[in-house]
Amino acid sequence: MQKTVSLTVNGKPASGTVEGRTLLVQLLREILGLTGTHVGCDTSQCGACVVHVNGEAVKSCTLLAIQAEGCDVKTIEGVANGDDLHPMQEAFRDNHALQCGFCTPGMIMSALDLVKNNPDPSEREIREYLEGNLCRCTGYHNIVLAIKAGAAAMRGDPVPSGGHD
Amino acid sequence: MAPSIGTPVRRKEDYRFITGQGTYTDDIDRPGQLHAYILRSPHAHAAIRSIDTKAAAGATGVVAIFTGADMAKDGIGGLPCGWLINNKDGSPMKEPPHPVLADGRVRHVGDPVAVVIADTLGHARDAAETIEVDYAVEPAIVDAAAAVKSGAAQVWPDAPGNLCYDWGLGDAAAVDAAIAKAARVVKLDLVNNRLVPNAMEPRAAIGEFDRATGEHTLYTTSQNPHVIRLLMGAFVLHIPEAKLRVVAPDVGGGFGSKIYHYAEEAIVTWAAGKVRKPIKWTAERSESFMSDAHGRDHVTHVELALDADDKFTALKVSTIANMGAYLSTFATCIPTYLYGTLLAGTYTTPAIYVETKAVFTHTVPVDAYRGAGRPEATYLLERIVDLAADELGVDPAELRRKNFIARDAYPYQTPVALQYDSGDYFATLDKAMAAADYAGFEARRREAAGRGKLRGIGIATYIEACGIAPSAVVGSLGARAGLFESAEIRVHPTGSISVLTGSHSHGQGHETTFAQLVADGLGVPIDSVEIVHGDTNKIPYGMGTYGSRSLAVGGSAIMKAMDKVIAKGRKIAAHLLEASEADVEFKDGAFTVAGTDRSKSFGEVALTAYVPHNFPHEELEPGLDEQAFYDPKNFTFPSGAHIAEIEIDPDTGHLTICRFTASDDFGRIINPMIVSGQVHGGLAQGIGQALLEGCVYDKSTGQLLTGSYNDYAMPRADDLPSFALSTNVTLCTHNPLGVKGCGEAGAIGAPAALTNAIVDALKAYGVRHVEMPATPERLWRVIQQNHPAQAA
Repeated sequence: MQKTVSLTVNGKPASGTVEGRTLLVQLLREILGLTGTHVGCDTSQCGACVVHVNGEAVKSCTLLAIQAEGCDVKTIEGVANGDDLHPMQEAFRDNHALQCGFCTPGMIMSALDLVKNNPDPSEREIREYLEGNLCRCTGYHNIVLAIKAGAAAMRGDPVPSGGHD
Repeated sequence: MAPSIGTPVRRKEDYRFITGQGTYTDDIDRPGQLHAYILRSPHAHAAIRSIDTKAAAGATGVVAIFTGADMAKDGIGGLPCGWLINNKDGSPMKEPPHPVLADGRVRHVGDPVAVVIADTLGHARDAAETIEVDYAVEPAIVDAAAAVKSGAAQVWPDAPGNLCYDWGLGDAAAVDAAIAKAARVVKLDLVNNRLVPNAMEPRAAIGEFDRATGEHTLYTTSQNPHVIRLLMGAFVLHIPEAKLRVVAPDVGGGFGSKIYHYAEEAIVTWAAGKVRKPIKWTAERSESFMSDAHGRDHVTHVELALDADDKFTALKVSTIANMGAYLSTFATCIPTYLYGTLLAGTYTTPAIYVETKAVFTHTVPVDAYRGAGRPEATYLLERIVDLAADELGVDPAELRRKNFIARDAYPYQTPVALQYDSGDYFATLDKAMAAADYAGFEARRREAAGRGKLRGIGIATYIEACGIAPSAVVGSLGARAGLFESAEIRVHPTGSISVLTGSHSHGQGHETTFAQLVADGLGVPIDSVEIVHGDTNKIPYGMGTYGSRSLAVGGSAIMKAMDKVIAKGRKIAAHLLEASEADVEFKDGAFTVAGTDRSKSFGEVALTAYVPHNFPHEELEPGLDEQAFYDPKNFTFPSGAHIAEIEIDPDTGHLTICRFTASDDFGRIINPMIVSGQVHGGLAQGIGQALLEGCVYDKSTGQLLTGSYNDYAMPRADDLPSFALSTNVTLCTHNPLGVKGCGEAGAIGAPAALTNAIVDALKAYGVRHVEMPATPERLWRVIQQNHPAQAA
């Protein structure tokens, strides 16, 4: 059974013809060509596929594409404002919070969700929030620093140094 | 321009990754692309009586189905092993075939049986479910120690007792003599747990064939595309290099698991030629668990002999190493030349003997995983040293210092083949102990005890052999490849620079570190230097990235090519300046006649090379494009000291890492930010091995019990602490940069430091050893079984 799904992606209308079993992440990657959202597992554990659906962080491998009908979806491609990086993206670069880059889009989308609900998270709160995002490269040390720095920048506070200078 | 070497230059590659514009293999779609689904064995060991593909062949969207019989008809070879190990008696190891698709028998869960090619992945998967394979299930063996026992199920008829090889290194007689007259001999049996590498990007491959040119292309998640081209082209598919292009675009982590030539690469490349359309295959994570090469899996007995002055007099090690069902590309050298040769560690032990029995089992092949042999060596050595300290009642740091190789002893020849060029194990240990406040630990232990918690501290020192490796040396030890690296520095007419490197970056930040080398060396802005890697049609040649070799070997090749660029530039500048070449100096991006202000910029010289109107044509060719191959003179020897401090809740077995301190010697550091990141990641994997990760097969059925992230515990952010790092620099003496390598250190030091801390915390319970992973359940059981009332 094929069905056309219409939704908003990164502020623009989008649609695609999907099967009943098509996942939201497949719609984004394979039909809409938004390959910044990644698939790292098949058990909804790794978080590489995190996007925002109606403002909430969602693992796009756990949602059927047809469930996203009419939804407002934001992916990593929609985070920067044109060429201007979002402060959280800047913070990831400035704190060396990525190595291979594969988990990074999901990490950034999760970090934004955390900071939306908790504008000044502690290290412990960041580590606990990241339960659902796996990174195999960084040991999370610099991701924690980046999220603290990104949160500070989003609050308009002085940005803590990542200790890399 | 201020030098960039030694400064934390932000990574050039990051922009594309933080904006979702990286290009990983699965992000690539080729025109007309079909999809492959691989049907895998659900059994650990079975004969295949028949494969019925009739229903599947007629299913929606199916283009073709191939089995091992189809590949045999085309004369497709097996996957080769790249390193020949000889037995103690000089005879060669057993080297059974490694078919791309099953040859009538399956030998581990996940062994590929057939491939379905269809218009969509969904259709390919649906069709695969209708393939009927008639298996005659046979007994399986998965446990390495059990595989050598009589009556064990046999993996290969030509390898009796499941023995691949029985290898030895060192002076057995000297070791036995030293043990016989030792004041004390400390003994331990331990297991180095089997791990699944789990790079976050699952493996993927796209094969493509252009009938017009006869060229095959493979896009693949590889750490070394030229090695794949060589192995697949020469041994499997019989395609000459000139007609085979291998591209490894952005690769999402490797940790060793993406070094090897895998069946799926050959399948899509070959099948794309058959169906004349591009074919993509991407692993599901559960496929990764049952088809990526695993790591470690050793069972070891170790004995350390000491004299009356607490000096180590001999070390004897006997290991059984699991190879899995087939020999993966570099599997055989890991528990031998990357393991046995490291057993001197940081110590002066004069007599060492190691023997390794490598065995076949009905499991996924085992090969190099971050550290590859060196974590196994470090773990047993640092455990037995701690145990010796405990038996002697001396401080483990003091016992280590007493046996360290002296600062002035370099070059130091070990009894197990390696010659260390430099190091200072005292300095890294001192730094780590100061940063960890080792002296204040007993007060913290008492404070924790007051809260009902068991606090422990553990030290591990390590040495590793990186910068792999001098080709002549590895060739004499059985390697079937050279391990040099190549680089090309292509200076363009307007002075921008492309650096073509045979190293491959899959997280290591080469696009930044290598650009720093060239920017400083040629005195040009870092933004005018572009690092190109990962495509056999662009790069002259390459052996790839593993064994912490990229800077030491690949970086040295870049330095050598840069020397050639400068040498030619000096000739061009001398001509333009009408000076003698010997009088022209190159500094800060300018060629200057010594003692004068007459000068030509690097840019002017580059332009002259390509617009050679005023040019020494009789002496030089136009252009400024130089290539170099660098073959290392020795291994490099990073070293360091790691200290873990932990607390265990005796009621639940829950463990908290209170502090983790590492002090490492990586030689010269080009980008300290990237180096710290490499150590963090290594530590996370080492801590994962010590506390969380363990690959488990069911011993009776051979089923893989840890086949997903629901069953295999990956380290998560709240499992880990922030790390306290420092470095101490002694330069490598034999490469032009003085660098040693930093990629694996964390994974090497951390497991022993943590286990030592755990055993220290459980001292009062009389515990001598706790196996990894030290999960809360395992710790709880140890605590329950060893009540402190029974403590020694």
